[in-house]
Amino acid sequence: MSLDPRIKRVLLNDEVYKLEKDKCWTTFEVFHQKKTGAQHTHVGCVHSPNHKLAMVFAKEQYGRRLACVNLWVIKTTDIFSLRHEDSDMFNSAITQDKKYRDAGGFKVREKINAFKNRNK
Amino acid sequence: MYGSGYIYEDEKEKKRKVGEEDPVLLAEFEAKIDRGEKIEADDWMPFEYRRQLTRMIEQHAHSEIIGALPEGTWITRAPNFKRKLALIAKVQDEIGHAQLLYSAAETLGKTREEMLSDLLSGKSKYSNVFNYPANTWADIAIIGWLIDAAAIVNQAINAKGSYAPYCRALERICYEESFHLKQGHDNVVYLATGTKKQRDMVQEALIRWWKPLIHFFGPPDSDSVHSDKLMKWRVKLASNDDMRNQFFDIYIPKIKELELEIPFNMNKDEKTGNWNFDDPDWDEFYRVIKGDGPCNKERLQVRNWAVSHGEWVRNALSKPNIKSTAPLV
Repeated sequence: MSLDPRIKRVLLNDEVYKLEKDKCWTTFEVFHQKKTGAQHTHVGCVHSPNHKLAMVFAKEQYGRRLACVNLWVIKTTDIFSLRHEDSDMFNSAITQDKKYRDAGGFKVREKINAFKNRNK
Repeated sequence: MYGSGYIYEDEKEKKRKVGEEDPVLLAEFEAKIDRGEKIEADDWMPFEYRRQLTRMIEQHAHSEIIGALPEGTWITRAPNFKRKLALIAKVQDEIGHAQLLYSAAETLGKTREEMLSDLLSGKSKYSNVFNYPANTWADIAIIGWLIDAAAIVNQAINAKGSYAPYCRALERICYEESFHLKQGHDNVVYLATGTKKQRDMVQEALIRWWKPLIHFFGPPDSDSVHSDKLMKWRVKLASNDDMRNQFFDIYIPKIKELELEIPFNMNKDEKTGNWNFDDPDWDEFYRVIKGDGPCNKERLQVRNWAVSHGEWVRNALSKPNIKSTAPLV
């Protein structure tokens, strides 16, 4: 005999319930803010028929265990993104050729030391 | 086991398997994994990679949902308020883990509704351990400690896999599971250091759960189909026996320090690092997978009941002209 109280209380039918595929919900991406003033950070997604319920799920899913002051939910399909395979377009941002625009591209200490030695 | 043990095979799906992948794309994909880079949902991936991952993550998600059932039934019967609060939090975590995992699986193309439908029809499987009953409160203690410990061994390994959405979900899950493990251990220690009746209770529960725990990681490597490809693609990161040995290494000493008796002869071969143990009846393991376990039917009945009784809520939510959603705000 089952010890599950729900089994004892309710009359279960044996029929397998079929979910209707045309009633699919959609996903919403969740952005979580750790403290006021911080950036909202993407933390994952929830599955919901609308924004309001997505927010309820986001609160349950992402605001329950970690520090959180604010949440955004955005329909996944509303995000316009680049493809990862195109990531090489950003290589110029980290290339060695553009050191002239990095703080680390300007090294004066050696010159100053040489200058000081020369004038000793 | 639900991370990378058995992967349910379905004949129709097998036939659909694409024989040849584009060799250039495949080489790029494999080189990327070799470099230690992760695969994102919109990256190209072989059909077989997508298929195996969908199955694995989906079954993991189902295991979280079904796994909450044996524990959920004990919330109303927890021995005190603190234990009750901890158990409620744990069960809620497990359901949350299922949500994270379904989200990760969805990125591979299967809708959540299809996954839930496959669970209800029995097409899609979940971890075998949850087809065993939790007869006493001590079973809840053993589940919270050792089943969750086994799951952590498995998940911590899988978190280093190649599919980024799954890894991200697992990282968050492992963080929460550490609390489950602690509260379970606390629960077992309390019973094991208590009265004779309490000790007997926890000892009997350990005896009941030891076999399912051995089964948890899946059949021995000698019996399971080796999948070099899944290892190469970092879908599977450790063999069933490796994970099982790792679990025994950590937890057998912790069980022994409580002077609880393990119902199997467990001997470690110091040379190979492998544990040898009595035959855990692998036939039973396969029988339970096929649906003939002590609670298979009951678990799915409860899920069916929950889904059909919640249908009106989902229908109400889907109404486009809905005027008020006050209770949700």
